[in-house]
Amino acid sequence: MSSHYEAPIREPLVIGEKSYHDISVDVGAPVLGKANKSWWIVFTIALVAFLWGLGCIIYTVSTGIGVWGLNKTIGWAWDITNFVWWVGIGHAGTLISAVLLLFRQKWRMAVNRSAEAMTIFAVVQAGLFPIIHMGRPWLAYWVLPIPNQFGSLWVNFNSPLLWDVFAISTYLSVSLVFWWTGLLPDFAMIRDRSVKPFQKKIYTLLSFGWSGRTKDWQRFEEVSLVLAGLATPLVLSVHTIVSFDFATSVVPGWHSTIFPPYFVAGAIFSGFAMVQTLLIVMRKVSNLEDYITLLHIEYMNKVILLTGGIVSIAYITEYFIGWYSGSSYENYTYLSYGAATGPYWWAFWALITCNFIVPLTLWVKKLRRNIMWTFVVALVINIGMWFERFNIIVVDLSKGRTPSGWTMFQPTFVDIGIFIGTIGFFFVLFLLYARTFPVIAQAEVKTILKSSGQRYKRIRESGESLAGAAIDERTSGKYVSGEDANQTKNNE
Amino acid sequence: MEASKVIHAIYNDDDILMAAVKKVKAERYHIEEIFTPFPVHGLDKAMGLAPTRIAIASFLYGLTGLTVAIVMMNYMMIEDWPQNIGGKPSFTYFHNMPAFIPIMFELTVFFAAHLMVITFYLRSKIWPFKKPENPDPRTTDDHFLMEIPVDGNEEDLKKLLLETGAVEINLVDKAH
Repeated sequence: MSSHYEAPIREPLVIGEKSYHDISVDVGAPVLGKANKSWWIVFTIALVAFLWGLGCIIYTVSTGIGVWGLNKTIGWAWDITNFVWWVGIGHAGTLISAVLLLFRQKWRMAVNRSAEAMTIFAVVQAGLFPIIHMGRPWLAYWVLPIPNQFGSLWVNFNSPLLWDVFAISTYLSVSLVFWWTGLLPDFAMIRDRSVKPFQKKIYTLLSFGWSGRTKDWQRFEEVSLVLAGLATPLVLSVHTIVSFDFATSVVPGWHSTIFPPYFVAGAIFSGFAMVQTLLIVMRKVSNLEDYITLLHIEYMNKVILLTGGIVSIAYITEYFIGWYSGSSYENYTYLSYGAATGPYWWAFWALITCNFIVPLTLWVKKLRRNIMWTFVVALVINIGMWFERFNIIVVDLSKGRTPSGWTMFQPTFVDIGIFIGTIGFFFVLFLLYARTFPVIAQAEVKTILKSSGQRYKRIRESGESLAGAAIDERTSGKYVSGEDANQTKNNE
Repeated sequence: MEASKVIHAIYNDDDILMAAVKKVKAERYHIEEIFTPFPVHGLDKAMGLAPTRIAIASFLYGLTGLTVAIVMMNYMMIEDWPQNIGGKPSFTYFHNMPAFIPIMFELTVFFAAHLMVITFYLRSKIWPFKKPENPDPRTTDDHFLMEIPVDGNEEDLKKLLLETGAVEINLVDKAH
């Protein structure tokens, strides 16, 4: 049919002899099956890390922030580094589900569900830090403008930390409903496929009674599109607002107008690195290699290459402006000659190596399409982007305007323990998700099957019609026309 | 007017379904409903459904959010406690507006997104304890079900549907 015209140059996005039914089966398999031993091993490790981190959080809150390595000069270090790192990781999910939807990128469909899950779980981790880094977290509700008995004492809307509250909570809640709305048809598919009564009950509850009427689909698609249109500026604004925490200050190295776009680019850069890390493993263990193909990995590597390039330009700009400004204070900022040779030289060079040099290898097509190398680069970028935030925060604070305040930062086991705890918590959530949620948006993949499936590409190129090509003998039997079908199938 | 019996015609390919819808419409039958496992593009047009106005609703919700943000911050920061915090001008809303833009933006998005999604759930009648209404579980896998009311024209309709490629035709009492 003409509606399925596709340029022959395009590589298929769904590999193999897939029918619509195969997609249901493949996506449903991890949910309807049982967890294997390695899942339980990894889950246990993640759970232990989470519980350890929880212990560290309880210790901090009950004893005091002094158990961390912060000092009077450096009041933000691992806490806010981890916060920005986690928020940044979350951004790729929204980029994939929203921005790529606006650009009608069909390849997003196999990766968007997991990327959005990653967003939600990463933002949950990020959300912990603004609370636990407070001296008196039990008064955290004072950040909300709630009428109260103090003559109605309000909050100060001038602070970027308050903007953060609004940005992060909007981001989390909007991402959540975006994700959940997209999940409804997939939960419905699981609901209709499950045979165990309890499981059926659960997925009936989760799918909100989704029935797949034409009118529902029409609204569903409109809602998805509008949400994508809203989530795109949202994702840009959230990391912009996070960058305002620094950019609106008067600290040399922080006070920089390049921060908003540069932080957003860095967020997408690190977020895609995390998506690669997770999906390279997931496609293997969940047997989804026909859906998350090498082509998807290559496309994501190209986005990494683009955003990594933007980040690199920003580094050069910061370095240049530090020199060009003629301000002597800029000599010790995180991207200055002073930082490159100062006591934090190792953090400076870790940043340059991990974010600037190593990702350049992705320009080579062979390496970009090499899954092992992609995995290594993705891990390196995750480390490098942690260092970027560490450098911005700690290096800039360590050498401020008055030399009498110059100092170094040494994390304690509690700082480290909480970070490990959030990684554990993230993987606890992600592993549970991988076993209970349809990890690929099957309803969406079904819409591109005829245009981008390998089998249908072949049929199209042989000049045959795609009408009837999706019929699966296992669900429909052999195609029989007319009266025969009526006699055998009609039970009225 | 309301027919007591409906025909459920099941198809197993979206292109065949689309052709069938066009043919059934051309024969001037009323299609009550079609259940599909995924959005079949153009199906709403072929069925003659009116376009959804949910984007317009979202725009209005966004305006509401913006208004809430402005009224809230103007009251709290300018009218109720016009304090000097770090030398920021608190004389009028406009003077201090750059600092209010992030929250004006976030609340606009917040209202537009959430109220639209809630509207969608209400209009499409979906919520946590809602019972699914697709007549056949295969319609979330790879089958497409067309529901057509019958009154006396059963045989003609069946014949027509079989011609269009329906793989299964069931006559059911409309109970739901």
